[in-house]
Amino acid sequence: MLMYNRAPRTGCTLKTVAEFEIQYHQFLDAEGRASGPLPEFARDPAELVKMYRVMTLVRTFDTKSINLQRTGKLGTYASCLGHEATHVGVGAAMRPEDVLAPVYREYGAQLWRGVKMSEVLLYWGGDERGSDFAVPRQDYAWCVPIGSQTLYAAGAAMAMKVRKEPRCAVAFIGDGGTSQGAFYEAMNLAGARALPVVFVIVNNKWAISVPIEAQTATRTLAQKAIAAGIPGVQVDGNDIIAVRHTVGEALAAARRGEGPTVIEAVTYRLSDHTTADDATRYRRAKEVKDAWRTEPLLRARAHLIAIGAWDDAREEALKAECARDVDAAVEQYLQTPKQSTDSMFDYLFAHLPKSTQEQREMARRYAASSGH
Amino acid sequence: MAKVTMIEAINCAHAWEMAHDPTVVVLGEDIGINGGVFRATAGLQEKFGVDRVQDTPLAEGMIAGMSIGMANQGLRPIAEIQFMGFIYPAMDQIANHMARMRHRTRGRITCPIVVRMPHGGGIHAPEHHSESLEAMLAHHPGLRVVCPSSPARAYGLLLASIREPDPVIFLEPVRLYRLVRQEVADDGQALPLDMCFRLREGSDVTLVTWGAMTFEVMRAAEQLQSDGVSCEVIDLATLSPIDHDTILESVAKTGRLVIVHEAPRNCGIGAEIAATVAEHGLYDLQAPIKRVTGYDTIMPLFRLEYDYIPSVARIMDAVRETLAD
Repeated sequence: MLMYNRAPRTGCTLKTVAEFEIQYHQFLDAEGRASGPLPEFARDPAELVKMYRVMTLVRTFDTKSINLQRTGKLGTYASCLGHEATHVGVGAAMRPEDVLAPVYREYGAQLWRGVKMSEVLLYWGGDERGSDFAVPRQDYAWCVPIGSQTLYAAGAAMAMKVRKEPRCAVAFIGDGGTSQGAFYEAMNLAGARALPVVFVIVNNKWAISVPIEAQTATRTLAQKAIAAGIPGVQVDGNDIIAVRHTVGEALAAARRGEGPTVIEAVTYRLSDHTTADDATRYRRAKEVKDAWRTEPLLRARAHLIAIGAWDDAREEALKAECARDVDAAVEQYLQTPKQSTDSMFDYLFAHLPKSTQEQREMARRYAASSGH
Repeated sequence: MAKVTMIEAINCAHAWEMAHDPTVVVLGEDIGINGGVFRATAGLQEKFGVDRVQDTPLAEGMIAGMSIGMANQGLRPIAEIQFMGFIYPAMDQIANHMARMRHRTRGRITCPIVVRMPHGGGIHAPEHHSESLEAMLAHHPGLRVVCPSSPARAYGLLLASIREPDPVIFLEPVRLYRLVRQEVADDGQALPLDMCFRLREGSDVTLVTWGAMTFEVMRAAEQLQSDGVSCEVIDLATLSPIDHDTILESVAKTGRLVIVHEAPRNCGIGAEIAATVAEHGLYDLQAPIKRVTGYDTIMPLFRLEYDYIPSVARIMDAVRETLAD
């Protein structure tokens, strides 16, 4: 057991007043073999295929989005490559009436919950309407200021608790985000008030160019929960069954009034941080190559094949279907005309001040002259 | 009709709205059983329970973030920041989320929140307890910034702020908390936001101010009256967005403008008012615009605080200078 004690210099009396341990959850190994009995949802092949379908869809979408950026049809884009099991697993564990507070690359969870690919593209394509999800209406938009989403997620959970609703909030946060004060404040509040919120730390080992070892001395990120007095669990973030099961258990506990959980999903960022980043500047190729061996789609597919629910024909059909869906979303995105300049002002307040109205008029007058 | 202090009026406004709108919740540090360090929320937890009047852990950023989440789910939080010098940790949540949420989601998710806090100095408080940071807040699109100057305006403007569908930063001048009593009908009547209040009619010079400085400005105006100078005094009340029309109208009448605020001069709200009058009312001016403000230095500890806060004498001199031009 890892000890965080310093040996006393004098002969003072010692006693242990608290002990903690962090558990690691995994159902499928890297080859997709089940290590034991699977949770109920995972015994239904149709459900596993549904999850695998969204994982494949989001990977297809991701590849296409990067291509769109490279060809000047999209702004900077944050790839989700390698995170598919964590993202889809979280989405699948949630109920529609729950609230998701994402960071900015958890499309797998969002697509599962009803966010459209064309909305994701609109956002990264520089259009606020991408954040106006048709479904789910109460889920948060992407959050760029790192870690800050954990606080409003806890606030949303507080509202659910005050109203005695059996709903939960889920906040994603990255490994770098756990260095932010907001994360500690959110965990502390959630613990102190037993809020129905689950914090999912996506530990993909890299915060842009800073590796996890340089981010923190902590052995696990899950143990950061201990200081807040709440359970912290580590899960294999490339094992979608383990992610969905662990998050599902945490949500069930929260719904029973047992308060929050911190879940560290251990995965790997196979991509650059964003399309504006070049990870070869700071990351060894071998590390990335090794990480590809444990990537989540490989594992999910191996498991589906092992239980007889999948074959090459179905794989080809799924890939073709995903490509069609992505192409349709891209087409819809590219066909969406840009917003009027009025939109810079119209949503600032419910009651627009006179000065804002005057500036809206000015922007309208000069709209045609910007040359863009 | 009861005669109440500003702090009592603020308390009454909370109680009225909580009794009439079950979505209103109050949160902050020491605001529950202790009733707030200034007693703004005294008795509310007893009356409305611990779910609606919540003592929070001690973290201002968390208070702001928690308010955002609660508001997004249909509640109307009133958050207290204990002193204005403690607003900085909350600025990330206020600027990056509270002010932007409606805009960035095209109206899908909104933040009907009031963030209340004491404002300004003059009560011999410790360090970091006497700041006037309204310009920093007013610079953020998406926020309203309101500052009352009497018990009646505190009552009416706080009610309006709670009912507003967007975030309002509500600055409470500490010097006025218990300075005067005024008859205030506890009838739930709100006062309009985004509008100035004309506190005194006059014809020679327009004095624009807000918050606690209305006290010194009104005294200066009274003394100048005995010298035969007729001052018009305008309480800005909503510091963002500014009701420029009322100010321009007054300047068109008097031809002279003196702006008085406790906050530092550099990039203060006085500069915004002066610039707007220069842009739209220059030809009405018979003399250069004057600003009487706090100095561009750190708010001193309390032995010198009244040397920092603009005095009646400084205001009167500025008025006389504009009249001499």
